[in-house]
Amino acid sequence: MHPALQGLITIIIGVGGCVGYFYFSNQFLDRVLYPATGKNAGRNINRANQIRPWLFLAPALLALGLYLAYPVFATLWLSVTDRNAGGAFVGLANYRQMFDEPKFWEAVSNNMLWLIIVPAFSTAFGLLAAQLTDRIKWGNIAKSLIFMPMAISFVGAAVIWKLVYDTRPAGQDQIGVLNAVWLVFDGGPMSVLILKIVPPLILVVFAGFLAYSVIQIARSLLRGGFSHSATPWWGLVLRAGLALVAVWLVWVSLRSVVSLATVSLPYGEPQTWLTIPFWNSILLMVVLVWIQTGFAMVILSAALRGVPEETIEAAVIDGANPFQIFFKIKVPQIMGTIVVVWTTITIVVLKVFDIVFAMTNGQWETQVLANYMYDKLFRANDWGVGSASAMIIMLLVTPILVWNVINARKEMR
Amino acid sequence: MNVMSSKKSPLTWAVHISVVALVALWLFPTVGLFVSSFRTADQIANTGWWNALFTQERQAPAIRISGDEAEIDGEFVIDGRLFSNDDVNISHWGTSSREPEAYVPGDVADLGDGTALTVAQDGAFRLSAPQSFGDSRLPRVFTTATMPPEFTFENYRFVLFDPSNREGMAKAFFNTLTVTIPATIIPIVIAAFAAYALAWMRFPGRSLLVAAIVGLLVVPLQLALIPLLRFHNEIGIGKGYLGVWLAHTGFGLPLAIYLLRNYMVGLPRDIIENARVDGATDFQIFVKIILPLSFPALASFAIFQFLWTWNDLLVALVFLIDATGETTVMTKQIVELLGTRGGNWEILATSAFVSIAVPLAVFFAMQRYLVRGLLAGSVK
Repeated sequence: MHPALQGLITIIIGVGGCVGYFYFSNQFLDRVLYPATGKNAGRNINRANQIRPWLFLAPALLALGLYLAYPVFATLWLSVTDRNAGGAFVGLANYRQMFDEPKFWEAVSNNMLWLIIVPAFSTAFGLLAAQLTDRIKWGNIAKSLIFMPMAISFVGAAVIWKLVYDTRPAGQDQIGVLNAVWLVFDGGPMSVLILKIVPPLILVVFAGFLAYSVIQIARSLLRGGFSHSATPWWGLVLRAGLALVAVWLVWVSLRSVVSLATVSLPYGEPQTWLTIPFWNSILLMVVLVWIQTGFAMVILSAALRGVPEETIEAAVIDGANPFQIFFKIKVPQIMGTIVVVWTTITIVVLKVFDIVFAMTNGQWETQVLANYMYDKLFRANDWGVGSASAMIIMLLVTPILVWNVINARKEMR
Repeated sequence: MNVMSSKKSPLTWAVHISVVALVALWLFPTVGLFVSSFRTADQIANTGWWNALFTQERQAPAIRISGDEAEIDGEFVIDGRLFSNDDVNISHWGTSSREPEAYVPGDVADLGDGTALTVAQDGAFRLSAPQSFGDSRLPRVFTTATMPPEFTFENYRFVLFDPSNREGMAKAFFNTLTVTIPATIIPIVIAAFAAYALAWMRFPGRSLLVAAIVGLLVVPLQLALIPLLRFHNEIGIGKGYLGVWLAHTGFGLPLAIYLLRNYMVGLPRDIIENARVDGATDFQIFVKIILPLSFPALASFAIFQFLWTWNDLLVALVFLIDATGETTVMTKQIVELLGTRGGNWEILATSAFVSIAVPLAVFFAMQRYLVRGLLAGSVK
């Protein structure tokens, strides 16, 4: 049978089946099981109304249970069993095997980098774009153009960016934009200025900013941590964690300043960008930032419009400049939304698979957890280790999951 | 007031310029792919796409002379043009790959045995010899010429309509469509009923269920791959359309229920209470009142699910595409092309653009609903 015909029949059967199920089960409940007539009419109506919600929910609950809830436990079980030994329980052997693989640690450390860089830059660019486009007439057109990559598949984006990163042998015309730009730098004073002086300056400013926030956090921890208990314990833990990440980032940026100063750049030679370790991961992240910025922009722009006008007017009267208004009045008021955007992008990053799969397939030290897992499950056919790495992804998602559920319950009340 | 405006205007200019820069930066890569899909293989391989709009001087690949010979004044002559395009301006030409720039237009090249070849500036050539050319191979001409921009639909014809192209996108396009449409419609129906129950019916455990659905929103579908594939094999579905439809339905449900429930909760209570008083059953209320009123939310989710299933690679790889490759979808086809045709950018760019075009059209047509869905769907 032709698949299109099969699809049409599936739509009819699927939709018809669902509607039919809902209709006839309701009829059955009202007419046959608990008819609203006779001497038990009142009791029957009540009973029917107790059962009806579950009739409405049944297909959804079945699908959710089977396709999302059950696999979590099944994967957990698979990760502690050995497929080759007929599914025998092996404890943590799979995890131990995985922890011994350098490829796994490469994926973890790359993922950590992804988790910091992609949400940070997407949110920052999104905030910038939202703030800028809200002030101009053609802002809506600009917004929809920046938002457009959201509609493009990760695979399509991979092709688009592979063209940007493409390399031709030296001497030929470069067809990739990145190499064409790279070849403009010839080692002259302009190149030194742009490649050797400006980036370290940016990095130093960035590190200084981070160090300042670490000091602020440390102070508030020392002061507020012991005297009064206004903030709950997990808030303190969260802040301490943030401070540790910031310290690590300061260290990374200072180290890169040193390495940038000492490295001699291969001017005039076209580079095969996707094979240069570390930088190739960054270039893959650029693709995701490009896609996710639009999302961040849309959400943050709505939040910025929701900022009460009075607070801004008051700031203007007090003589605040546009930058102060933005950073001291607007940003603090939309902090909640920024956190939501950040966590949503974090989840996207944890699941990122297509981009790496299509562009490098984890070669040249670009492995990430989701692609590592796919490798293990479907190339090496090692269900134990594959499931174990899936559980690691689940573990990383869990804090966000718990946070979302707590917030949702707070809102329901 | 004057002070204000004079202070303000440079900043406004800075804003305009920054937005232009930002938009240009964001559009540039996509435009590159789009322009490339209309260029010939040879053009793409030799110059960057940003040169495509300008007249450019470059070495064209060798062209073998062809044409019918005619006998004029005891000489055998072949006349013709090297390029179909009239605006060509040849600066140098040659007859061997070692010296591709040996002659300027108007020179006569002696090819031995009395054979002579001349090429004019606009690409007209004249090949003459004292004896008939017969079946002998005619010489090749190398040219360096400036050519006007040239665009072609040939790539699209080859990728979409050429029956001899085994890596064409036509079949994959229909396969993708076959996956997408049921996988978009079925979850909407199931989720709408569930969302109504969660929004407007009272029963014990309701808030717990809502919390569970919020939790399931972020469960990575990576966990589901092996257990579900095994499950599909056990119940006899195996790899195929049915499996991928079911999988997409399951994975799309949490967002669908969440979006629709949040929307339905906000509908005015009076309408529903009034209908109840008038004796409408829950089923009637749902079909006649809730569904029509929820259209914006339904549209939002439909767009999400459509984009997600159309663009998906992982679920199709695991649940759909079997060893025969008959059911391949466009994303998979493109990944294959990246492996086998990594250098043939005209095919890659065109294939990618074919797969991108539909979501882009949907995006621009229904952006309003997409934005609304995003705003409602991001867990607050």
